[in-house]
Amino acid sequence: MIHPQPTRQQPLVATAAEGLEIAHVSAHYGGFEAIRDVSLTIAPRTITALIGGSGCGKSTLLRTINRMHETCDQASVTGSIRLDGTDLYGPDIDPVAVRRVIGMVFQRANPFPTMSVRDNVLVGLRLRNRRLSRDHAQDVVEMSLRAANLWDDVKDRLNRPGASLSGGQQQRLCIARVIAVEPKVILMDEPCSALDPISTAAIEDLMINLRRDYTVVIVTHNMQQAARVADKTAFLSVSSPGGPGTVVEYADTDTIFHHPTQSATADYVGGRFG
Amino acid sequence: MNPTYTLSAGRRRANRLATVAVTGAVFLALIPLVWLLVTVVSRGFARLDAQFFTWSMRGVVGEGGGAIHAIVGTVLITAATTAICVPIGVGTAIYLVEYGRGWLPRVIRFVVVVLTGLPSIVAGLFVYAVIMAICGPGTRSGLAGAAALSLLMIPVVITSSEEILALVPNRLREAAIGLGATKHRIITTVIWPHALSGIVAAVMLGVCRIIGETAPLLLVAGFADSMNTDLTSGRMSTLPVYIYSQWQNKGANLAAYDNRAWTAALVLIGLVLIFAVASRLIVRLTSSRPQR
Ligand SMILES: Nc1ncnc2c1ncn2[C@@H]1O[C@H](COP(=O)(O)OP(=O)(O)O)[C@@H](O)[C@H]1O
Ligand SMILES: [Mg+2]
Repeated sequence: MIHPQPTRQQPLVATAAEGLEIAHVSAHYGGFEAIRDVSLTIAPRTITALIGGSGCGKSTLLRTINRMHETCDQASVTGSIRLDGTDLYGPDIDPVAVRRVIGMVFQRANPFPTMSVRDNVLVGLRLRNRRLSRDHAQDVVEMSLRAANLWDDVKDRLNRPGASLSGGQQQRLCIARVIAVEPKVILMDEPCSALDPISTAAIEDLMINLRRDYTVVIVTHNMQQAARVADKTAFLSVSSPGGPGTVVEYADTDTIFHHPTQSATADYVGGRFG
Repeated sequence: MNPTYTLSAGRRRANRLATVAVTGAVFLALIPLVWLLVTVVSRGFARLDAQFFTWSMRGVVGEGGGAIHAIVGTVLITAATTAICVPIGVGTAIYLVEYGRGWLPRVIRFVVVVLTGLPSIVAGLFVYAVIMAICGPGTRSGLAGAAALSLLMIPVVITSSEEILALVPNRLREAAIGLGATKHRIITTVIWPHALSGIVAAVMLGVCRIIGETAPLLLVAGFADSMNTDLTSGRMSTLPVYIYSQWQNKGANLAAYDNRAWTAALVLIGLVLIFAVASRLIVRLTSSRPQR
């Protein structure tokens, strides 16, 4: 494994409890409140699944964690999110530095089409103005692709365009791209929703591997997926149509799926709505 | 009734009619274009000789002479105009697409639309007035010509570069933001390579807009019979102005002046072609796209 190098921006030093601590987070798009008063404590090196119907704010919540939410026009966040004790929304914190520690994988695989497979893996480092020696670059590429279970598929075509891979391989390439920058947390927003079952299984295996080194938060519409990979699961829902999403229940995955305490949770995981 | 899978006669007829109409439109559009090219080539051929590319019109009356001074003038003024317009035009487009928020981008877009419709003679008059105020009456220079042409080219470059930049998919920007890239690194590493070939095409469009301009150059760059390679002072001819002057000030030997005008037109078209091909080649050679 490559040792993390200190980021040029203020390092996010650990001062208190490890892990992610989301406390009373609300997020707005202009005047529209998308999530309200969300609190979740996420232990390091676990997988947490966010489930819930469309539009209940799962993506919004995920994007508040790496401070991507505020890149939308007129978007705002209140509350606090601590990573290993540091408030990510603190006054001295550079959002760019936060995103260097909390990587994100998107719903649609988005490798850079002008770059080769190799450059797609290295792009995170290049985007940070890092100069890499040839050998080091090769190590990073191999290590990241191996960690993303993609090395054997692409080792003979590292110079081909990233977009020439299959959908599942592209998504794993995007995961490799995140791994290459050695984040602490990896966020995944419905990473398998555009993939076939075999690619989905490959990514689920990968998530379970990632859990050894990273804290993983996934959004998924696929409840079997949450049940298969997640240690803990949060069920989000809107209290009224057009209203903000809130966390209805957050517990061990097993509890959410087999012994939910809220009837709304039971209805959702049991496939009954309304 | 069983469903039938055959094309009905009515649909077949409509389909044929539409095909004929669309193909006809293509031919109608091509007729004047081909006609024009044939005319320019056939008439311009007479003086497409070595002398045309080595002589200026200095001291030439009647036959002979050439247009090297106008070819050089066209290249210099076009290059100067492009050098002014690319940073301003592309920079503005990047601002509009990647940074612009609130009222400023709206104002800029409005001004650009107005500038797009600016008659070229007005651009020439404006620069003429400014130069006269600064340098005194009668001042002419290639650079003043480039300034007037820039007024015409900048809006073209802004509008078309903006379209190109807006075509860069948002999910690529998101990917880069998510990787912890600063704005300017996103632009240089992700947006720029993706948009480069389109931006070059946008600049080419701007060059085509101005390379044939005559009126503003007559006002501010003037007309010259002899070579001038100094953009900063003195009159400088370009090919369109050359064509105009050959046409306008015919001497006794009418054919000699006519032929020179047509050959200059042919050379101008050739220059545009060379620029277009060269810019494509440059993009192909410099872009770092991985091989397919
Ligand atoms: N960029 C945006 N601007 C305005 N409203 C948005 C934006 N993105 C999402 N929303 C709204 O926020 C709510 C939550 O959206 P989202 O977080 O995408 O839900 P989910 O991922 O659970 O389907 C929805 O009502 C959606 O319409
Ligand atoms: Mg979503």
